[in-house]
Amino acid sequence: MSIALHLNNLDVSYGAIQALRGVDVTVNQGEIVTLIGANGAGKSTLLRAASGMVRARSGRVEFLGEDISRLSIASIVSRGLIHCPEGRRIFANMTVKENLELGAYLRTDKQGISDDYERALTYFPRLRERLAQSAGTLSGGEQQMLAIGRSLMSRPKLLMLDEPSLGLAPILVQEIFRIIVTINAESGTSILLVEQNANQALAVANRAYVLETGTITLSGNAADLKSNPEVQKAYLGHG
Amino acid sequence: MTKPINYVIALAILGVLATLSVILPIYMDDLVYRVLMLSGIAVIMAVSLNLINGFTGQFSIGHAGFQAVGAYVGAALTVYGHNDIFGHLPKDGQIGTGWMSLAVGAGPMLASMLAGGLAAALIGYIVGLPSLRLRGDYLAIVTLGFGEIIRVIVENNDSVGGPRGFSGNLDIGVSVPAITNFFWVFGVAIVVILFARNLRFSISGLQYLAVREDEVAAQAVGIDTTRTKVNAFVIGSFFAGVGGSLFAHYEQTILISSFNFVRSFDFVTIVVLGGLGSVTGSIISALVLTALPEILRSSLGAQFNQYRLVSYALLLIVMMLVRPQGIFGRGELSFAKLRNKFKKPATQ
Ligand SMILES: Nc1ncnc2c1ncn2[C@@H]1O[C@H](COP(=O)(O)OP(=O)(O)O)[C@@H](O)[C@H]1O
Ligand SMILES: [Mg+2]
Repeated sequence: MSIALHLNNLDVSYGAIQALRGVDVTVNQGEIVTLIGANGAGKSTLLRAASGMVRARSGRVEFLGEDISRLSIASIVSRGLIHCPEGRRIFANMTVKENLELGAYLRTDKQGISDDYERALTYFPRLRERLAQSAGTLSGGEQQMLAIGRSLMSRPKLLMLDEPSLGLAPILVQEIFRIIVTINAESGTSILLVEQNANQALAVANRAYVLETGTITLSGNAADLKSNPEVQKAYLGHG
Repeated sequence: MTKPINYVIALAILGVLATLSVILPIYMDDLVYRVLMLSGIAVIMAVSLNLINGFTGQFSIGHAGFQAVGAYVGAALTVYGHNDIFGHLPKDGQIGTGWMSLAVGAGPMLASMLAGGLAAALIGYIVGLPSLRLRGDYLAIVTLGFGEIIRVIVENNDSVGGPRGFSGNLDIGVSVPAITNFFWVFGVAIVVILFARNLRFSISGLQYLAVREDEVAAQAVGIDTTRTKVNAFVIGSFFAGVGGSLFAHYEQTILISSFNFVRSFDFVTIVVLGGLGSVTGSIISALVLTALPEILRSSLGAQFNQYRLVSYALLLIVMMLVRPQGIFGRGELSFAKLRNKFKKPATQ
């Protein structure tokens, strides 16, 4: 298996606060990898460091064998490493259609764009009914679908999703996870999934990492971690 | 996009503008004509500021400073370039109002607008790049300070009249020429409006709105947010400079004090009242807020000036309370929408 993303000994700080120390994470091509951890552990920071939104103080970010640590965010996006940030950041005063179109902002392959547009609407049929509606009027679940749909429009090779299920009704959580699995299975898109909903995340992932106050404390097969007593106690509500 | 019909329409509009430019000064009341011209310039200023404050969500409070740059650079060009380039203009700058005046004034007007616009754009780039890199309100602080710098530079520069104002140069006997007319003011206004609307509704223009809506999301789809903000700021500054040149060659005497913070605040008021991001709102608001004070001034006399700022501030406060998104919000007035409004009751 070849490596899609490799974070090598990453240190990230916000001013005096060190958010990540010596983090090593690997996502292989075609895999779903989940990153679980408590609030404030540094999960979002890890994704931001990968997508170039924050710069690592030391360490390397490699994507498909290339060192992308110094590249601009736009160059990283154009290479297919796509970050769907936490908190449903959609463009509220634009239409659903405009939101999706902006996902393909850096692309010029018209045919590919319209294929991906159709594909995104196939995954999220609710969006098709609301194309002309302004995105701010969507429900929370629909906004999350739009955010993922917009990321798909960037044609990700690796899609990083930051807490896609946050604040959604259980039935929608199920649907979002189902679609994540489908995206991975149908197009081979690698996925790095950050979740507080560890139960669901471990159920769909191949491998998992546990992040505690900026350090990776556990990693391994998702199924193994799910039965790990420490993980069960801290993140799965057993015990 | 460039269908033959569009050229026909463009030519027709130019024809109408030129005709009005010849007719209006003859038949229109002087005060009304003056209000019309100042309103047209205010529309240019407001729509260009809206590109910065409305479309990309930045906060410039120094738009009059960029207008000053355009006014002084543009006027300096026509005055000091008189002997070498614009010798066909009369030295007293009075080119009259007939059809011939259109042809006589066209060259110097275009050159002056371009020079003023480019100078303002260049300074916009220098001022904008460092402050737009940073988040927060740096742009507001920097644009505010920039207005002061311009004032100090002009007041200490005798070749543009220093604190006495600039109306020409006595030594060479050349006045700032009266080459601004209806054609140029409203021609430029139309260009700015079309430009802004095109930005608002085209996909490439969506990047500007995206930056205002959510910077993180904009970055996530690969938009270079700093560059987008700088672009909008430079383009907005360019048109402010063009507006400055138009203003200078209309008034023929410019005082640095007419481009002070109060003037910048007027433009911000216009844009906020019309609705941040709404081109229609900026246009209507610019027309009303320019015409109204002029009318009140002519009926109430000079004492009105004392109350103008207070009434603007009150207007803003009332607006914030009653309708914080501005009169038009982010919406636009379009004929298609109007038609739908009228249709709806019929179909129900
Ligand atoms: N922009 C920021 N400025 C300063 N500190 C931050 C910033 N973002 C996050 N942090 C801090 O970094 C740590 C990790 O945050 P984050 O990556 O958001 O964690 P998580 O996503 O796991 O909840 C926290 O202590 C948080 O307070
Ligand atoms: Mg987070």
